[in-house]
Amino acid sequence: MLNSAKDQPTLISLEDVQKWYGAFHALKSISLSVRKGEKIVLCGPSGSGKSTLIRCINALETIEDGKIVVEGQVLDGSTKSIDAIRREVGMVFQSFNLFPHMTVLQNCTLAPMRVRGTSHTDAERLARKYLERVRILDQAEKYPAQLSGGQQQRVAIARALCMEPKVMLFDEPTSALDPEMVKEVLDTMIGLARDGMTMICVTHEMGFARQVADRVIFMASGEIVEEAEPEVFFKSPKHQRTKTFLGEILAHH
Amino acid sequence: MGPIGENEFFFLMQGLKWTVLLAIVGFIGGGIFGILIALLRTSKTKVARRITAGYIGVFQGTPLLMQLFVVYYGVALLGIEVNAWIAVAIAFTLHASAFLGEIWRGSIEAVPKGQTEAANALGLHYVSRMKDVILPQALKISMPATIGFLVQLIKGTSLAAIVGFIELTRAGQIISNQTYRPLLVFGIVGAIYFIICWPLSHAGSGLEKRMAKAVR
Repeated sequence: MLNSAKDQPTLISLEDVQKWYGAFHALKSISLSVRKGEKIVLCGPSGSGKSTLIRCINALETIEDGKIVVEGQVLDGSTKSIDAIRREVGMVFQSFNLFPHMTVLQNCTLAPMRVRGTSHTDAERLARKYLERVRILDQAEKYPAQLSGGQQQRVAIARALCMEPKVMLFDEPTSALDPEMVKEVLDTMIGLARDGMTMICVTHEMGFARQVADRVIFMASGEIVEEAEPEVFFKSPKHQRTKTFLGEILAHH
Repeated sequence: MGPIGENEFFFLMQGLKWTVLLAIVGFIGGGIFGILIALLRTSKTKVARRITAGYIGVFQGTPLLMQLFVVYYGVALLGIEVNAWIAVAIAFTLHASAFLGEIWRGSIEAVPKGQTEAANALGLHYVSRMKDVILPQALKISMPATIGFLVQLIKGTSLAAIVGFIELTRAGQIISNQTYRPLLVFGIVGAIYFIICWPLSHAGSGLEKRMAKAVR
Protein backbone atom coordinates (compact mmCIF):
# COMPACT_ATOMS: atom_id res chain seq x y z
CA MET A 1 0.00 0.00 0.00
CA LEU A 2 1.49 3.28 -1.04
CA ASN A 3 -0.87 5.83 0.39
CA SER A 4 -4.04 5.57 2.30
CA ALA A 5 -7.13 5.97 0.17
CA LYS A 6 -9.41 5.21 3.06
CA ASP A 7 -10.70 8.72 3.64
CA GLN A 8 -11.00 9.62 -0.04
CA PRO A 9 -14.37 10.05 -1.79
CA THR A 10 -15.81 7.27 -3.90
CA LEU A 11 -14.94 7.60 -7.58
CA ILE A 12 -16.54 4.51 -9.04
CA SER A 13 -19.38 2.48 -7.70
CA LEU A 14 -21.05 -0.59 -9.11
CA GLU A 15 -24.27 -1.81 -7.56
CA ASP A 16 -25.71 -5.19 -8.30
CA VAL A 17 -24.43 -5.22 -11.89
CA GLN A 18 -25.74 -8.03 -14.09
CA LYS A 19 -24.35 -8.90 -17.50
CA TRP A 20 -25.51 -11.62 -19.85
CA TYR A 21 -24.08 -12.86 -23.15
CA GLY A 22 -27.18 -14.59 -24.45
CA ALA A 23 -27.76 -17.39 -21.97
CA PHE A 24 -24.34 -16.98 -20.36
CA HIS A 25 -24.42 -15.05 -17.09
CA ALA A 26 -21.11 -13.17 -17.33
CA LEU A 27 -21.45 -10.90 -14.29
CA LYS A 28 -23.57 -11.98 -11.34
CA SER A 29 -24.66 -9.06 -9.16
CA ILE A 30 -21.32 -7.36 -8.90
CA SER A 31 -21.03 -4.60 -6.31
CA LEU A 32 -17.82 -2.71 -5.95
CA SER A 33 -16.78 0.73 -4.90
CA VAL A 34 -13.47 2.35 -5.68
CA ARG A 35 -12.21 5.40 -3.83
CA LYS A 36 -10.11 8.12 -5.33
CA GLY A 37 -6.45 7.11 -5.46
CA GLU A 38 -7.20 3.47 -4.81
CA LYS A 39 -5.38 0.73 -6.73
CA ILE A 40 -7.35 -2.41 -7.30
CA VAL A 41 -6.05 -5.60 -8.80
CA LEU A 42 -8.64 -7.93 -10.30
CA CYS A 43 -7.61 -11.51 -10.81
CA GLY A 44 -9.22 -14.83 -11.49
CA PRO A 45 -9.27 -17.67 -13.99
CA SER A 46 -9.96 -16.87 -17.64
CA GLY A 47 -13.65 -16.47 -18.34
CA SER A 48 -14.31 -15.32 -14.78
CA GLY A 49 -15.63 -11.97 -15.97
CA LYS A 50 -12.82 -9.67 -14.83
CA SER A 51 -12.24 -8.09 -18.25
CA THR A 52 -15.98 -7.84 -18.81
CA LEU A 53 -16.29 -6.05 -15.50
CA ILE A 54 -13.85 -3.27 -16.31
CA ARG A 55 -15.18 -2.99 -19.87
CA CYS A 56 -18.61 -2.26 -18.40
CA ILE A 57 -17.21 0.69 -16.45
CA ASN A 58 -16.41 2.67 -19.63
CA ALA A 59 -19.40 1.29 -21.52
CA LEU A 60 -17.48 -0.88 -23.98
CA GLU A 61 -19.98 -3.48 -22.81
CA THR A 62 -23.58 -2.84 -21.90
CA ILE A 63 -25.09 -4.16 -18.70
CA GLU A 64 -28.51 -5.74 -18.31
CA ASP A 65 -29.19 -4.62 -14.78
CA GLY A 66 -27.64 -2.72 -11.90
CA LYS A 67 -26.06 0.69 -11.58
CA ILE A 68 -22.67 2.09 -12.49
CA VAL A 69 -21.65 5.55 -11.26
CA VAL A 70 -18.37 7.23 -12.16
CA GLU A 71 -17.57 10.55 -10.52
CA GLY A 72 -21.23 11.21 -9.78
CA GLN A 73 -22.24 10.44 -13.37
CA VAL A 74 -24.72 7.59 -13.64
CA LEU A 75 -24.09 5.40 -16.67
CA ASP A 76 -27.60 5.23 -18.09
CA GLY A 77 -26.78 4.22 -21.65
CA SER A 78 -27.33 7.73 -23.03
CA THR A 79 -24.64 9.18 -25.30
CA LYS A 80 -24.22 12.03 -22.86
CA SER A 81 -23.47 9.80 -19.89
CA ILE A 82 -21.18 7.55 -21.93
CA ASP A 83 -19.25 10.60 -23.20
CA ALA A 84 -18.93 12.06 -19.73
CA ILE A 85 -17.63 8.80 -18.30
CA ARG A 86 -15.21 8.05 -21.14
CA ARG A 87 -13.66 11.50 -20.69
CA GLU A 88 -12.70 10.56 -17.13
CA VAL A 89 -11.75 6.93 -17.68
CA GLY A 90 -8.65 5.84 -19.57
CA MET A 91 -8.12 2.31 -20.75
CA VAL A 92 -5.13 0.19 -21.70
CA PHE A 93 -5.74 -3.01 -23.65
CA GLN A 94 -4.00 -6.35 -23.75
CA SER A 95 -3.28 -5.95 -27.46
CA PHE A 96 -2.28 -2.25 -27.21
CA ASN A 97 -4.70 -1.19 -29.99
CA LEU A 98 -2.53 1.70 -31.12
CA PHE A 99 -3.60 3.29 -34.39
CA PRO A 100 -1.10 1.76 -36.84
CA HIS A 101 -1.39 4.48 -39.49
CA MET A 102 -0.43 7.26 -37.08
CA THR A 103 2.89 8.10 -35.46
CA VAL A 104 3.31 7.72 -31.72
CA LEU A 105 2.80 11.46 -31.33
CA GLN A 106 -0.35 11.49 -33.49
CA ASN A 107 -1.73 8.56 -31.50
CA CYS A 108 -1.41 10.72 -28.41
CA THR A 109 -2.73 14.01 -29.79
CA LEU A 110 -5.83 12.71 -31.60
CA ALA A 111 -8.24 12.34 -28.67
CA PRO A 112 -7.36 15.56 -26.82
CA MET A 113 -7.84 17.48 -30.08
CA ARG A 114 -11.05 15.76 -31.14
CA VAL A 115 -12.71 15.21 -27.76
CA ARG A 116 -11.47 18.05 -25.61
CA GLY A 117 -10.93 20.55 -28.42
CA THR A 118 -7.32 21.10 -27.38
CA SER A 119 -5.26 23.05 -29.91
CA HIS A 120 -2.65 21.19 -31.93
CA THR A 121 0.22 22.92 -30.09
CA ASP A 122 -1.21 22.21 -26.66
CA ALA A 123 -2.05 18.62 -27.58
CA GLU A 124 1.55 18.08 -28.71
CA ARG A 125 2.90 19.62 -25.52
CA LEU A 126 0.64 17.32 -23.52
CA ALA A 127 1.67 14.30 -25.60
CA ARG A 128 5.36 15.05 -25.15
CA LYS A 129 4.88 15.40 -21.41
CA TYR A 130 3.27 11.99 -21.07
CA LEU A 131 5.58 10.31 -23.58
CA GLU A 132 8.44 11.62 -21.48
CA ARG A 133 6.77 10.20 -18.40
CA VAL A 134 6.56 6.70 -19.90
CA ARG A 135 10.13 7.27 -21.11
CA ILE A 136 9.49 6.91 -24.82
CA LEU A 137 9.64 10.48 -26.07
CA ASP A 138 12.60 9.63 -28.33
CA GLN A 139 10.27 7.39 -30.39
CA ALA A 140 7.59 10.06 -30.89
CA GLU A 141 7.94 10.23 -34.68
CA LYS A 142 7.91 6.46 -35.23
CA TYR A 143 4.97 4.27 -36.18
CA PRO A 144 3.70 1.64 -33.75
CA ALA A 145 4.92 -1.26 -35.93
CA GLN A 146 8.49 0.02 -35.54
CA LEU A 147 8.34 -0.39 -31.76
CA SER A 148 8.64 -3.43 -29.50
CA GLY A 149 5.59 -4.72 -27.65
CA GLY A 150 6.68 -3.14 -24.38
CA GLN A 151 7.26 0.20 -26.06
CA GLN A 152 3.86 0.00 -27.78
CA GLN A 153 2.14 -0.67 -24.48
CA ARG A 154 3.90 2.30 -22.88
CA VAL A 155 2.73 4.48 -25.76
CA ALA A 156 -0.80 3.16 -25.17
CA ILE A 157 -0.51 4.21 -21.54
CA ALA A 158 0.70 7.67 -22.58
CA ARG A 159 -2.15 7.93 -25.11
CA ALA A 160 -4.69 7.25 -22.36
CA LEU A 161 -2.96 9.67 -19.98
CA CYS A 162 -3.15 12.46 -22.56
CA MET A 163 -6.88 12.63 -21.86
CA GLU A 164 -5.92 13.30 -18.22
CA PRO A 165 -8.34 10.71 -16.89
CA LYS A 166 -9.28 10.35 -13.24
CA VAL A 167 -9.20 6.56 -13.43
CA MET A 168 -7.13 4.15 -15.49
CA LEU A 169 -8.39 0.71 -16.41
CA PHE A 170 -5.81 -1.90 -17.38
CA ASP A 171 -7.05 -5.01 -19.16
CA GLU A 172 -4.26 -7.58 -18.85
CA PRO A 173 -1.65 -5.04 -20.02
CA THR A 174 1.29 -7.44 -19.89
CA SER A 175 -0.33 -10.66 -21.11
CA ALA A 176 0.60 -10.15 -24.76
CA LEU A 177 4.19 -9.19 -24.01
CA ASP A 178 7.39 -11.18 -24.23
CA PRO A 179 8.69 -11.88 -20.71
CA GLU A 180 11.60 -9.45 -20.97
CA MET A 181 9.23 -6.57 -21.72
CA VAL A 182 6.82 -7.14 -18.85
CA LYS A 183 8.96 -5.24 -16.37
CA GLU A 184 9.17 -1.97 -18.31
CA VAL A 185 5.37 -1.83 -18.52
CA LEU A 186 4.88 -2.78 -14.87
CA ASP A 187 7.44 -0.16 -13.82
CA THR A 188 5.47 2.45 -15.73
CA MET A 189 2.29 1.33 -13.98
CA ILE A 190 3.99 1.38 -10.58
CA GLY A 191 5.16 4.94 -11.29
CA LEU A 192 1.61 5.90 -12.15
CA ALA A 193 0.35 4.32 -8.92
CA ARG A 194 2.96 6.23 -6.92
CA ASP A 195 1.69 9.47 -8.43
CA GLY A 196 -1.73 8.75 -6.98
CA MET A 197 -3.66 7.59 -10.05
CA THR A 198 -6.80 5.60 -9.35
CA MET A 199 -6.30 2.26 -11.07
CA ILE A 200 -8.20 -0.93 -11.71
CA CYS A 201 -5.91 -3.57 -13.16
CA VAL A 202 -6.87 -6.95 -14.48
CA THR A 203 -3.60 -8.83 -14.22
CA HIS A 204 -1.96 -12.03 -13.12
CA GLU A 205 1.21 -10.20 -12.07
CA MET A 206 1.05 -11.00 -8.39
CA GLY A 207 4.30 -9.17 -7.68
CA PHE A 208 2.66 -6.02 -8.99
CA ALA A 209 -0.43 -6.71 -6.86
CA ARG A 210 1.71 -7.09 -3.74
CA GLN A 211 3.61 -3.93 -4.48
CA VAL A 212 0.88 -1.45 -5.38
CA ALA A 213 -2.60 -2.83 -4.73
CA ASP A 214 -4.76 -1.49 -1.93
CA ARG A 215 -7.14 -4.36 -2.53
CA VAL A 216 -6.96 -7.56 -4.51
CA ILE A 217 -10.24 -8.89 -5.81
CA PHE A 218 -10.63 -12.48 -6.87
CA MET A 219 -13.35 -13.32 -9.35
CA ALA A 220 -14.64 -16.68 -10.53
CA SER A 221 -17.63 -17.55 -12.74
CA GLY A 222 -18.82 -13.97 -12.89
CA GLU A 223 -18.79 -13.39 -9.13
CA ILE A 224 -16.54 -11.60 -6.69
CA VAL A 225 -15.40 -14.49 -4.53
CA GLU A 226 -13.01 -12.72 -2.25
CA GLU A 227 -11.45 -9.33 -1.70
CA ALA A 228 -8.75 -8.34 0.71
CA GLU A 229 -5.61 -6.31 1.18
CA PRO A 230 -2.74 -7.99 -0.67
CA GLU A 231 -0.97 -9.24 2.47
CA VAL A 232 -4.09 -10.93 3.76
CA PHE A 233 -5.09 -12.10 0.29
CA PHE A 234 -1.83 -13.87 -0.44
CA LYS A 235 -1.08 -15.14 3.09
CA SER A 236 -4.46 -16.37 4.17
CA PRO A 237 -7.02 -16.65 1.41
CA LYS A 238 -10.37 -17.74 2.80
CA HIS A 239 -12.01 -19.53 -0.08
CA GLN A 240 -10.97 -22.81 -1.58
CA ARG A 241 -11.25 -21.41 -5.15
CA THR A 242 -8.89 -18.58 -4.26
CA LYS A 243 -6.42 -21.02 -2.74
CA THR A 244 -6.53 -23.23 -5.83
CA PHE A 245 -6.09 -20.24 -8.13
CA LEU A 246 -3.20 -18.80 -6.14
CA GLY A 247 -1.59 -22.22 -6.05
CA GLU A 248 -1.72 -22.45 -9.83
CA ILE A 249 -0.60 -18.88 -10.45
CA LEU A 250 2.22 -18.78 -7.92
CA ALA A 251 3.50 -22.23 -8.88
CA HIS A 252 5.11 -20.85 -12.02
CA HIS A 253 6.25 -17.51 -10.73
CA MET B 1 -10.16 -1.07 -97.61
CA GLY B 2 -9.34 2.41 -96.50
CA PRO B 3 -6.16 3.55 -94.82
CA ILE B 4 -5.92 4.31 -91.16
CA GLY B 5 -4.40 7.72 -91.03
CA GLU B 6 -4.16 10.70 -88.78
CA ASN B 7 -7.88 11.48 -88.92
CA GLU B 8 -8.93 8.01 -87.93
CA PHE B 9 -6.44 7.94 -85.15
CA PHE B 10 -7.63 11.34 -83.94
CA PHE B 11 -11.20 10.02 -83.95
CA LEU B 12 -10.13 7.10 -81.76
CA MET B 13 -8.40 9.50 -79.39
CA GLN B 14 -11.64 11.48 -79.14
CA GLY B 15 -13.36 8.24 -78.13
CA LEU B 16 -10.59 7.50 -75.64
CA LYS B 17 -11.11 10.91 -74.09
CA TRP B 18 -14.76 10.04 -73.35
CA THR B 19 -13.84 6.61 -72.06
CA VAL B 20 -11.38 8.11 -69.60
CA LEU B 21 -13.78 10.90 -68.59
CA LEU B 22 -16.62 8.44 -68.04
CA ALA B 23 -14.40 6.21 -65.93
CA ILE B 24 -13.22 9.18 -63.88
CA VAL B 25 -16.72 10.54 -63.33
CA GLY B 26 -18.02 7.06 -62.46
CA PHE B 27 -15.15 6.49 -60.09
CA ILE B 28 -15.37 9.84 -58.33
CA GLY B 29 -19.17 9.86 -58.15
CA GLY B 30 -19.20 6.20 -57.21
CA GLY B 31 -16.48 6.86 -54.66
CA ILE B 32 -18.40 9.61 -52.90
CA PHE B 33 -21.69 7.70 -52.83
CA GLY B 34 -19.84 4.45 -52.23
CA ILE B 35 -18.39 5.76 -48.93
CA LEU B 36 -21.90 6.74 -47.93
CA ILE B 37 -23.24 3.29 -48.84
CA ALA B 38 -20.40 1.59 -46.95
CA LEU B 39 -21.04 3.72 -43.85
CA LEU B 40 -24.78 3.06 -43.94
CA ARG B 41 -24.14 -0.63 -44.58
CA THR B 42 -22.02 -0.81 -41.41
CA SER B 43 -24.18 1.52 -39.30
CA LYS B 44 -26.07 0.56 -36.17
CA THR B 45 -29.42 1.36 -37.77
CA LYS B 46 -31.05 -1.77 -39.07
CA VAL B 47 -33.18 0.08 -41.66
CA ALA B 48 -30.10 1.76 -43.15
CA ARG B 49 -28.30 -1.56 -43.36
CA ARG B 50 -31.30 -3.24 -45.02
CA ILE B 51 -31.87 -0.50 -47.59
CA THR B 52 -28.22 -0.31 -48.62
CA ALA B 53 -28.02 -4.11 -48.76
CA GLY B 54 -30.96 -4.03 -51.17
CA TYR B 55 -29.35 -1.27 -53.24
CA ILE B 56 -26.11 -3.22 -53.50
CA GLY B 57 -28.02 -6.38 -54.33
CA VAL B 58 -29.91 -4.75 -57.19
CA PHE B 59 -26.84 -3.22 -58.82
CA GLN B 60 -24.66 -6.27 -58.36
CA GLY B 61 -27.41 -8.58 -59.53
CA THR B 62 -28.25 -6.89 -62.83
CA PRO B 63 -26.12 -6.26 -65.93
CA LEU B 64 -24.51 -2.85 -66.29
CA LEU B 65 -25.98 -2.69 -69.79
CA MET B 66 -29.48 -2.95 -68.37
CA GLN B 67 -28.71 -0.32 -65.74
CA LEU B 68 -27.61 2.05 -68.53
CA PHE B 69 -30.86 1.42 -70.41
CA VAL B 70 -33.02 1.94 -67.37
CA VAL B 71 -31.37 5.20 -66.38
CA TYR B 72 -31.17 6.52 -69.93
CA TYR B 73 -34.79 5.81 -70.85
CA GLY B 74 -36.09 6.02 -67.29
CA VAL B 75 -34.92 9.58 -66.84
CA ALA B 76 -36.55 10.49 -70.16
CA LEU B 77 -39.80 8.86 -69.04
CA LEU B 78 -39.82 11.07 -65.97
CA GLY B 79 -40.09 13.95 -68.40
CA ILE B 80 -36.64 15.28 -67.60
CA GLU B 81 -34.60 15.95 -70.67
CA VAL B 82 -30.99 15.05 -70.20
CA ASN B 83 -28.27 14.43 -72.68
CA ALA B 84 -26.61 11.05 -73.03
CA TRP B 85 -23.53 12.23 -71.16
CA ILE B 86 -25.43 13.06 -67.96
CA ALA B 87 -27.60 9.94 -68.09
CA VAL B 88 -24.57 7.73 -68.56
CA ALA B 89 -22.65 9.53 -65.81
CA ILE B 90 -25.58 8.94 -63.43
CA ALA B 91 -25.76 5.28 -64.37
CA PHE B 92 -22.04 4.74 -63.86
CA THR B 93 -22.11 6.60 -60.54
CA LEU B 94 -24.94 4.40 -59.27
CA HIS B 95 -23.25 1.26 -60.53
CA ALA B 96 -19.85 2.14 -59.07
CA SER B 97 -21.28 3.28 -55.73
CA ALA B 98 -22.90 -0.12 -55.20
CA PHE B 99 -19.73 -2.06 -55.98
CA LEU B 100 -17.34 0.28 -54.16
CA GLY B 101 -19.79 0.46 -51.23
CA GLU B 102 -19.68 -3.32 -50.90
CA ILE B 103 -15.89 -3.47 -51.25
CA TRP B 104 -15.44 -0.78 -48.61
CA ARG B 105 -18.05 -2.33 -46.32
CA GLY B 106 -15.88 -5.43 -46.26
CA SER B 107 -12.75 -3.38 -45.62
CA ILE B 108 -14.35 -1.46 -42.75
CA GLU B 109 -15.32 -4.75 -41.16
CA ALA B 110 -11.80 -6.08 -41.71
CA VAL B 111 -10.27 -3.38 -39.51
CA PRO B 112 -9.57 -5.09 -36.17
CA LYS B 113 -12.30 -4.57 -33.57
CA GLY B 114 -9.71 -3.34 -31.07
CA GLN B 115 -9.33 -0.15 -33.12
CA THR B 116 -12.97 0.78 -32.61
CA GLU B 117 -12.71 -0.12 -28.94
CA ALA B 118 -9.61 2.01 -28.43
CA ALA B 119 -11.29 4.93 -30.22
CA ASN B 120 -14.41 4.48 -28.08
CA ALA B 121 -12.40 4.23 -24.87
CA LEU B 122 -10.72 7.53 -25.78
CA GLY B 123 -14.16 9.09 -26.18
CA LEU B 124 -13.88 9.70 -29.93
CA HIS B 125 -17.22 10.23 -31.64
CA TYR B 126 -18.49 8.48 -34.74
CA VAL B 127 -17.18 11.05 -37.23
CA SER B 128 -13.68 11.16 -35.81
CA ARG B 129 -13.66 7.42 -35.20
CA MET B 130 -14.44 6.81 -38.86
CA LYS B 131 -12.49 9.66 -40.46
CA ASP B 132 -9.35 9.45 -38.32
CA VAL B 133 -9.17 5.83 -37.27
CA ILE B 134 -11.23 3.33 -39.26
CA LEU B 135 -11.50 4.65 -42.84
CA PRO B 136 -7.77 5.31 -43.41
CA GLN B 137 -7.06 1.70 -42.44
CA ALA B 138 -10.05 0.34 -44.36
CA LEU B 139 -9.05 2.24 -47.50
CA LYS B 140 -5.60 0.72 -47.36
CA ILE B 141 -7.05 -2.76 -46.96
CA SER B 142 -9.41 -2.13 -49.89
CA MET B 143 -6.78 -0.86 -52.35
CA PRO B 144 -6.29 -4.07 -54.39
CA ALA B 145 -10.04 -4.64 -54.73
CA THR B 146 -10.72 -0.96 -55.41
CA ILE B 147 -8.14 -0.88 -58.21
CA GLY B 148 -9.56 -4.12 -59.57
CA PHE B 149 -12.98 -2.51 -59.75
CA LEU B 150 -11.57 0.61 -61.43
CA VAL B 151 -10.17 -1.61 -64.19
CA GLN B 152 -13.58 -3.26 -64.60
CA LEU B 153 -15.18 0.17 -64.72
CA ILE B 154 -12.84 1.43 -67.46
CA LYS B 155 -13.66 -1.58 -69.62
CA GLY B 156 -17.33 -1.31 -68.67
CA THR B 157 -17.56 2.18 -70.18
CA SER B 158 -17.65 0.50 -73.61
CA LEU B 159 -21.27 -0.40 -72.84
CA ALA B 160 -22.17 3.29 -72.97
CA ALA B 161 -22.02 2.89 -76.76
CA ILE B 162 -25.47 1.29 -76.58
CA VAL B 163 -27.14 4.60 -75.80
CA GLY B 164 -25.33 6.39 -78.58
CA PHE B 165 -22.25 7.42 -76.70
CA ILE B 166 -19.14 7.54 -78.86
CA GLU B 167 -16.44 6.30 -76.52
CA LEU B 168 -13.38 4.28 -77.50
CA THR B 169 -15.09 1.03 -78.52
CA ARG B 170 -17.86 2.78 -80.44
CA ALA B 171 -15.28 5.00 -82.15
CA GLY B 172 -13.39 1.88 -83.14
CA GLN B 173 -16.55 0.36 -84.57
CA ILE B 174 -17.21 3.47 -86.66
CA ILE B 175 -13.65 3.54 -88.02
CA SER B 176 -13.81 -0.15 -88.69
CA ASN B 177 -17.01 0.31 -90.71
CA GLN B 178 -15.40 3.08 -92.71
CA THR B 179 -12.10 1.38 -93.43
CA TYR B 180 -13.14 -2.29 -93.51
CA ARG B 181 -10.14 -3.17 -91.38
CA PRO B 182 -11.80 -4.53 -88.23
CA LEU B 183 -8.86 -6.63 -87.14
CA LEU B 184 -6.40 -3.73 -87.26
CA VAL B 185 -8.81 -1.19 -85.76
CA PHE B 186 -9.93 -3.39 -82.88
CA GLY B 187 -6.33 -4.46 -82.42
CA ILE B 188 -5.46 -0.81 -81.82
CA VAL B 189 -8.53 -0.27 -79.61
CA GLY B 190 -7.66 -3.34 -77.56
CA ALA B 191 -4.08 -2.19 -77.20
CA ILE B 192 -5.23 1.18 -75.90
CA TYR B 193 -7.43 -0.46 -73.24
CA PHE B 194 -4.54 -2.70 -72.32
CA ILE B 195 -2.09 0.19 -71.98
CA ILE B 196 -4.45 1.86 -69.50
CA CYS B 197 -5.65 -1.17 -67.58
CA TRP B 198 -2.55 -3.30 -67.33
CA PRO B 199 -0.45 -0.87 -65.27
CA LEU B 200 -3.41 -0.44 -62.94
CA SER B 201 -3.85 -4.20 -62.50
CA HIS B 202 -0.13 -4.51 -62.04
CA ALA B 203 -0.11 -1.80 -59.37
CA GLY B 204 -3.04 -3.54 -57.70
CA SER B 205 -1.36 -6.92 -57.45
CA GLY B 206 1.87 -5.22 -56.36
CA LEU B 207 -0.03 -3.58 -53.51
CA GLU B 208 -1.59 -6.90 -52.63
CA LYS B 209 1.79 -8.60 -52.37
CA ARG B 210 3.22 -5.80 -50.26
CA MET B 211 0.23 -5.91 -47.94
CA ALA B 212 0.44 -9.68 -47.60
CA LYS B 213 4.01 -9.20 -46.41
CA ALA B 214 3.04 -6.41 -44.03
CA VAL B 215 0.47 -8.56 -42.23
CA ARG B 216 1.75 -9.19 -38.74
